Order: sequence, then structure tokens, then C-alpha cells
Amino acid sequence: MTEQANPMTCNEFQAQLPEMIGSGQSLAAHAHLQHCALCRALLADLETIAEAARSIFPIVEPPENVWKRIESAIKKEKGIIEPDVEKE
Amino acid sequence: MAAVPPITDASSPAAPSSPLEALSEADLLAKAHTGDHSAFAQLYSLHKKRIYSLCMRMVGNTAEADDLTQETFLQLHRKISTFRGDSTFSTWLHRLAINVVLMRLRKKGLSVISMDEAMEPNPNGSPGRGFGARDLSLSGSIDRMALEQAVGELPAGYRLVFVLHDIEGYEHHEIASMLDCSVGNSKSQLHKARLTLREALHSHPRQEARP
Repeated sequence: MTEQANPMTCNEFQAQLPEMIGSGQSLAAHAHLQHCALCRALLADLETIAEAARSIFPIVEPPENVWKRIESAIKKEKGIIEPDVEKE
Repeated sequence: MAAVPPITDASSPAAPSSPLEALSEADLLAKAHTGDHSAFAQLYSLHKKRIYSLCMRMVGNTAEADDLTQETFLQLHRKISTFRGDSTFSTWLHRLAINVVLMRLRKKGLSVISMDEAMEPNPNGSPGRGFGARDLSLSGSIDRMALEQAVGELPAGYRLVFVLHDIEGYEHHEIASMLDCSVGNSKSQLHKARLTLREALHSHPRQEARP
């Protein structure tokens, strides 16, 4: 059975997308994409989002009081009494 | 996932200006293991940004990220002797932090991965299988801020998988193991997260264009 004899619909193609993308296979040559601009645009957008994700949420510094709270909690666990460190 | 490199920061107030800074991580671990508080502080200094940022990405809330970072390093303090060196320390600590976050989410009653959420159409109108029929194209460029906002608005299950896979770089089998779900579920969840983000990103510039 060939793709042309029994072409895949958009719904069928998109139903298979999670598995096809997740398994890392190249979809550029997929028969459905050769004649479907909408699914090509969809796939391009999903790839753009995945690519852009690597540059979002930059590495940030925790507030200074986090370390103070950790120190305080460690001392408490060791049985060393000291005043609670306030959460900011 | 590839080994997670630490992000060094000698400017931290927690980082002691001492010969500890010249020690290797293995030496710091050995010292911290014996109860050397300064060595533990130096480990915190080396890894705090990566862990805090991971927590922020996973929960999207500074107060919770503060708590989760604290809890991660407390767990580290308790469990440091269990690190056997099978993976790099950074990778081990990263996984420890993820477990802390997931435990917190489960404690709050949140089903981290819901089969219903993953497999059924979203009642809020997020994309189903026919979603691609709409004529939408991001034209290869994305507003970073808009994407961050959209990720912040994702349902928890979508967000977790998206953050772990697309941002943190974990593989589906690793995510499935962490979240106690199937690999197929992880793939489906990620796909729906991306579709939801696509929808949000397409609506973003249109809103801005309005007078």
C-alpha cells in the first residue's frame, strides 16, 4: 500500500506526531508533508518552540535569605538552638 | 540527559573566601561528608543557581522556588553520604531537586501526570488532533518573554514535561521514570504542551496589534 494510493489525512498524521517527533525520526520527507502546507507549518512551529525553549528562563540567583534558612534548618537538625530566620 | 555542569559563583556571600575555593568538587564532597560546614556552603555556592533556576522553571513561583531550593539542599545535607559517584554530582543533585519538586507537587494533591489530561481533549479548548488545520505559522521567530509567559500558564502536567524535556534536556524514558508514567504518555504530554504554547503564541501578537 502506498501513500498515494491511500493518502494520510491531517488528523491521522497529527495523531501520529507525538510518537514520530518523540522518537526523533526525521519527518521532512514524510509523504503527508509533501502535499499539506498546514501540517508543514504546524511541524515548523513545534520545532521553533522546542528550539526557543532552550533560551528561555535564564539561570537566576536565589535570594540571599535562602542560604540563611538552610543554615538555620541544619543547625536545628543538629540540635543547635538559634532564632528562626524569617522568610522574605 | 547530559551531565549538568555547575554554575560557579565566587561572589556569593555564602561562598567563603578561603582555600576551599581551590578544592575540587570531590574534595568538597569529602569534606562536607565529614560535617565540614564551610565545604557544604561552598557546594551550595557552586550549585545554587542551577537548582534555584530549575525549581523556578518547574513551579513558576519565587516563594515556592525558595522553599524547594532550601529543601533540596537540606536533603543534600542529609543524604550526601549516599552519593556514590555513579553519575556526576551535578546530575545527581539535579535529580534530587526534581524529586523534591515532584514530592511537593504530589503532597499538594497535584497529579503530576494525569492520564486524562494527557490523553483526552482539553475541556478548555486547547488543541486536539485537528489543531493543525488552523492556518497558524510562527514564521520561525518567537518572543522569548511571550514564550516564558505561555509556559507559566501551562497546566502542571504539560509544564513539567515541557520543562524537563525541552528546557532541561531529559529524554522521554528518563521523564517517564521520574514521573512514573509511560514513555508514550510523556511524548503525548510534551506534544500537547507545545501545541498549547503554539496557540498562546499566535494569540499574543494579535492582542498587541489591537488598538
